[in-house]
Amino acid sequence: MAKCLVLSGFGINCEFESKNALLLAGAKSVDIVHISALIDGDKSLKDYKLVVFPGGFLDGDDLGSAKVQVNRFKYKKIKNGKRRLMDELLDFVAHDNLAIGICNGFQFMTKAGILPIPDFNQRATLTFNDSGKFEDRWVYLRVNTKSPCIFTRGLKGIYLPVRHGEGKFFCSKTVLEQIISENLHVLQYATSDFNITEKYPENPNGSQMSIAGICDRSGRLFGLMPHPEAFIYPANHPRWTREIIKEPDGLKIFKNAINYLR
Amino acid sequence: MAFRIEIAYKKEINDPQATGLKHKIKDFLHISLEDLKISQIYTIDAELTEKEVEAIASGPLCDSIIQDYYINPKLPSGFDIYLEVGFLPGVTDNVGKTATEASEILLGRKFKEDEKVYTSRLYCFKGKVSKEEVEKIALELLCNPLIEYYQIYNRESIVKPIIPKVSIKSSITVEKFDIQRFTDEELLKLSKDRLLALNLEELKAIQRFFRNTDFITLRKKFKLDNRITDVEIEAIAQTWSEHCKHKIFNATIDYYDSNGNKETIKSLFKTYIKASTEKIKEMRGDDFLVSVFVDNAGVISFDERYNLVFKVETHNSPSALDPYGGALTGIVGVNRDVLGTGMGAKLIFNTDVFCFADPFYKDKLPPRILHPRRIYDGVITGIEHGGNKSGIPTINGSIVFDNRFLGKPLVYCGTGGIMPKKIKDKPSHLKSINNGDLIVMCGGRIGKDGIHGATFSSEELHEGSPATAVQIGDPITQKKMADFLYVARDKGLYNAITDNGAGGLSSSVGEMSQMSGGCEIELDKAPLKYHGLNPWEILISESQERMTLAVSPKKINRLLRLAKKYDVEATVIGRFTNSGYFHCLYEGKTVALLPLEFLHNGLPEMKLIARYSNPYEPIPVILKTDKKLGTILKDLLSSLNICSKESVVRKYDHEVQGMSVIKPFMGIFNDGPSDAAVIKPLPNSKKGVVISHGICPKFSDYDTYHMTALALDEAIRNAVAVGGNIDKMACLDNFCWCDPIKSDKNPDGEFKLAQLVRANKALYDYTVAYGVPCISGKDSMKNDYIMGDIKISIPPTLLFSVISVIDDVTKTQTLDIKFKKDQNIVAQDIIYVVGRTKDEMAGSELFRLLNIKGGKIPEVDAQKNKNIYRRIYYLMQSKIITACHDISDGGLAVALAEMCFSGNCGCILDLNFLRYSGPNDPLIKLFSESAGRLIFTASPRYDAILEKIFYGLPFSMVGRVTDSNRFVIKHKTKVLIDEDLSELKECWQKTLRDL
Repeated sequence: MAKCLVLSGFGINCEFESKNALLLAGAKSVDIVHISALIDGDKSLKDYKLVVFPGGFLDGDDLGSAKVQVNRFKYKKIKNGKRRLMDELLDFVAHDNLAIGICNGFQFMTKAGILPIPDFNQRATLTFNDSGKFEDRWVYLRVNTKSPCIFTRGLKGIYLPVRHGEGKFFCSKTVLEQIISENLHVLQYATSDFNITEKYPENPNGSQMSIAGICDRSGRLFGLMPHPEAFIYPANHPRWTREIIKEPDGLKIFKNAINYLR
Repeated sequence: MAFRIEIAYKKEINDPQATGLKHKIKDFLHISLEDLKISQIYTIDAELTEKEVEAIASGPLCDSIIQDYYINPKLPSGFDIYLEVGFLPGVTDNVGKTATEASEILLGRKFKEDEKVYTSRLYCFKGKVSKEEVEKIALELLCNPLIEYYQIYNRESIVKPIIPKVSIKSSITVEKFDIQRFTDEELLKLSKDRLLALNLEELKAIQRFFRNTDFITLRKKFKLDNRITDVEIEAIAQTWSEHCKHKIFNATIDYYDSNGNKETIKSLFKTYIKASTEKIKEMRGDDFLVSVFVDNAGVISFDERYNLVFKVETHNSPSALDPYGGALTGIVGVNRDVLGTGMGAKLIFNTDVFCFADPFYKDKLPPRILHPRRIYDGVITGIEHGGNKSGIPTINGSIVFDNRFLGKPLVYCGTGGIMPKKIKDKPSHLKSINNGDLIVMCGGRIGKDGIHGATFSSEELHEGSPATAVQIGDPITQKKMADFLYVARDKGLYNAITDNGAGGLSSSVGEMSQMSGGCEIELDKAPLKYHGLNPWEILISESQERMTLAVSPKKINRLLRLAKKYDVEATVIGRFTNSGYFHCLYEGKTVALLPLEFLHNGLPEMKLIARYSNPYEPIPVILKTDKKLGTILKDLLSSLNICSKESVVRKYDHEVQGMSVIKPFMGIFNDGPSDAAVIKPLPNSKKGVVISHGICPKFSDYDTYHMTALALDEAIRNAVAVGGNIDKMACLDNFCWCDPIKSDKNPDGEFKLAQLVRANKALYDYTVAYGVPCISGKDSMKNDYIMGDIKISIPPTLLFSVISVIDDVTKTQTLDIKFKKDQNIVAQDIIYVVGRTKDEMAGSELFRLLNIKGGKIPEVDAQKNKNIYRRIYYLMQSKIITACHDISDGGLAVALAEMCFSGNCGCILDLNFLRYSGPNDPLIKLFSESAGRLIFTASPRYDAILEKIFYGLPFSMVGRVTDSNRFVIKHKTKVLIDEDLSELKECWQKTLRDL
C-alpha cells in the first residue's frame, strides 16, 4: 500500500487532522514528517506516493504567506549535499505521485511554482483578501467537472470552511487564460445552489474568476484554499444539528486520492 | 553597511490594507486623502554584496507577481507627504527576525552576532494633508510611541536606512544596598525607585533577614557581605509580588458585615476557593479531579487514557498600554501555562473574554488612555494572531461593554490542553526534579522587554508605568518550541517543565527549585537578544516564548540535538541542587544567595480590614416608558452587550485541528450565537468537551454576592444549553477587582474588600451547591487608573469559565429553531420555558436602556436549577430537544428572537402561560434577567413526557414555532410584539458589523 507523507514544522498546524483525514479515507500508512527530517535526510520524499502540504502559518507568514518555505526548498541542501529540497520535490512531482496543498500549503505550491505548471517558475499568487481581514467561514464550491483533477473526481459541488487572510488568487491574463482553457481551475466560489459568484462573502477573498483551487495538467497536483480536512465528520458541518449530513465533502477528496493510489 | 529595501505593490494591484486604512483615517480622524500607498521596508544591517542583497530582495522578500522591490530607493514619487513607522530598539520585530532567518537560509550562512534585518512601514499620502495631520494619523492610529518610532518626510527629504539597534554602553554591574542600615524612608525609596512594589512591612522583613549574623557569615563564604544585591532584591520583589503570591487572597481579613459583626478570615483562597473544591471532591468521591491548584493549570479526567487541562489568565495592564502586544502576549502566555502543566499538555483550544469601554466613545479621553476603539482593534488582532498563528482554535468568548473599563480594559485569555494520563508509565500530571538535574531554558532569548511586568501589574496604571513592561509576542517561535516539547515529552527527555511568565527565570527556576531543594543559575549562560543586560535584568526579564526544563545530565545531549532539529534554541543555564539556596552566579561570581525558605515563605502575611458598609437594598421603581415593546426589543438587540459579535469571531480560526462540533455561530445561515462550544478532541472517540463562561459585572453595583452566583449560574447554564453535563463539570475563577486596600488615594478600599469577601462567600456556597468545583484561577487586583485627579476603577468583575466532559458529541444541540417542512402547524415544535421569571430587574439591559437605577437583582436557587439542568441533560441524551438557548442579557424576548432568526422561522408566544411571579407587566415578563432559565423546543409528541419530567419545577409550554417570518408575542388575545424577523436580525447584526 502506498505511503502518505504529511509535512509538519515551522508553523504548519493542520498536520494531525490531515493525517486523520487520510486514515479515515482508507490510507494504511501515513507519516507526519518534520521539514528538518527531510533536510537532514532522515526521511525522503522518494519513499512516498502522496504528500500533503497542510495549512498553517509557515514562519508566521511574516514575509507573505509561505514565502520562507519556498526559500527553504530552494536553498536548503539535503544532508548538506548538492541536492536541494526543491530537486527532490521536482523528482516527486515528475513521477506518478499525488500532492495536495491546503491553504498555506496551496500558497506554498503556487509560490514555489508547482502549480499550475510544476516547473518551479511562479506564475500566480495568493494575496490578501479584498476584505482586508482573516476570516473563518464556510463556502460553497463549484467543481469544474472538466478539470483533470484526481482529487475531485465525481464531485460537482462541495461545502468547506475557508480560514485565511491571504487567499485571493491572482495571476496575469495570459496565465489565467491558460488555466481556463486547460480546465485547471478546479474549484470556484459559489452561491448555495453552486452558481459561481464574485460577491462577498460567498467569494470570501475576491479571487480572480472566483478561483478557490487549481491543479496541474496531470490532475495529480492540487491546491486549494478551503480546508477539506476540517470536514471529515458529519458533526463538523455548521448545520449538522438541522440537516442530514451523509458523507462529509472533505473526506470525499481524500478518498479520491487514496482510490487513485490503490 | 546597511541596505534599505522597499517592497511595494505594483500600480495595477489593489492593496486592501491601504484601502482599509484610508477609510479608517477618514472615519476616525476626518482626514480625506486622495491616495494612500503602503510599502514594506526592510533594512538589512549586515555585510553583504550587492548581488546578495538583490537575491534576498527579489527572493523571499518580494512576491514578483504583485510586488516590485527597490534597493536603497528614493521616496516613491507622486505623493505629497510620507510617514515611516518602525519598532524602537529592542522591541520584538517578528517580521525582521523571519527576514533574517530567510536571508541566512538563502546565503547558506549565519549572520554575524549583531547583524540583523529590521522592518518598518512607509505610508505615502497624496492630498492636502499637513504635517500636523500626519502626526495625528501617526499617534492616533499607526504608531504606539511606547514601542514604535515614527518619522515624517516631505517630497524633498532624503531617506537613509534607520537602524534601531540596541546600544547599551554602560558596563555590567551588580549594585549592592546596605539595607540593614536603611531608614523606613530609604526602604520605601528603594522600592519606589526600582519599581519593586514592596510595602514597608515586606521591606522590613527583608531588612531583618539581612541582620541575621549566621546568614551573613554564610554569605561571606560566597564573597558576599551584609548588603543585599540588586539581583536579590529584584528576585524577592518578583516572588513576593501580588501577581505571583496573591497576597490579598492570602491575607488575614477582619470582615465586618452590615450589622458590624466581625468575622476573621484567614486567606480567602483557602477558606472559600480551595475549601469548596475539597468539599466537592469529597462529595464526588471519584477521580474526576486530577490536579487542582498545585500547578500552572487545573487538570481533570477526560477518559480512561487522557486528562484535560484548563487555565484562564488576564493581561489587563499590558493591554491598556499596547493592546496588540498585550493581548498577543496574553494568549501565548496562557498557552505556556498549559504547556507547562504536569509534563506538558497539547494545546487544543483558546477562549477569550474582554471588557471594554464603548468603541464609539465620543468624550474627551484622560491622559495616557488609548481610545476604546483602538483597544478593541488592537486586542482583537492580538488574539487573532496569537491563536491563529499557533494553530489553536479560538472557540468561545464574549465582550462586555461598560465605560468604567476605559482606564483598564480586561483581557481574559484561556487555553485548554489534553495529555495522556501516563507518559513513560508515570502519571503525567506529576513532576519531580533530582539534585543535579540541569536547568535548561528553551525558546526565545532574553532582552530588556517585560522587565517589571509582575510588579507593574501589581499596581494601578499611573504616570510612571514602565514602557519595558510592554512587549510583543512571537507565536511562531513558540509554535516551534511547542512542536519540540511534545516530542521531547513523549521521549521522556525531561523530568519537569514550567513556563517563564511573570518574574521570568526568577519565578520559574525559583518555583521549580523547591522540588529539588535548591538551584544554581549561571546567568551569563542565558542567551541574550543583545549585549549589556545586567544580571538582575537577565533573571527577571519576562521576554516571551520561554520554557524552563529540568533535564537529567544523561539525557541532555539527546534533548539538545532534538531542539536543534526543531530549530529551537535550548541552553543549559545551571543545575538544580539540594543546597536549600536560590543561588545565582555571573561569570563565576555569586550575585545572589537567598535561602529558598525565605524566598518563598518569608513574606509577611498581609492583614486587612473589610467593611460591608452600604449594603444593597432593593429600591422600588416605577416602570414606565412610552416606547413600544417591539421598539424596545430592537433597541436591546442592537445594544453593545447583546448585539452580534460575528465580525470579531470570524477573525479567529475556530476550526483548526478539525475537532469543531458546536461552533461560535450556527443556525440556518451560520450566524446564530451559540451558548457554548463543543469539540471532539480525539479522532477515534465520540467523547467531547463543552466550554462556556459567565460574566456579569453589571450586578456588582448591587451585590457582589449575587453577581458571583449569577456569573457561575450563567456559565453552567450556557454549557447545559448545548448539552453539557453538570455532573461532569468544573470551572475556573478569574477575579478582576479594583484596589481593595484602603489608602489615601483609595479611601473606599475596605468596602471593595468587603465586596471581594462577599464574592468569595458566594463562590463557596454556589460551587458546592452546584457541585461544580473551581480547579484553577487567577486574580488581578489593581484595575484602577490614577492620573492626577482622575481615577477610574473597574466594576468588580468575576469570570467563571466552565469545562464539561460529555460522552457523545452528537448528543448536543444548537439554539436555532427548526421548522419541519411539509408538516402542518400543529405538528410544529412547541416552545417551552423552564425556570421561573421574576420581578428582578436591577442591572438588567432594559434598565440600562431606559436608564433606570434600582429594583431587585436576580438571585440564584442552585438546588432548583441543578434539578432543571440535570433534566435538560437527560433530554439532550434522549435527543428530544430540537433547539435550546439560555435566557440572560435582555431576557426572554431577546433569547427567543435570537432563536427565531437563527433558524429563520417565526413563533407565536403567549405570556399568559409563562411561569412568573410579579406584577402583571409585560416589560418585566419580557425583559427580566432572572437566573436559571432556558428556552427549548421539542416535538408536540413529547409534551406529556416533558410535563412528567419537569413535574414540580417551574416549566411550561409558552408557544409554538410557525412558518412565517413574524415574531409574535401575545398576552392572551392582546398582541404585544409583532415584528419582522429579518428586521430584528438586522438590528442585532448592524452595531459591530463594520468594526
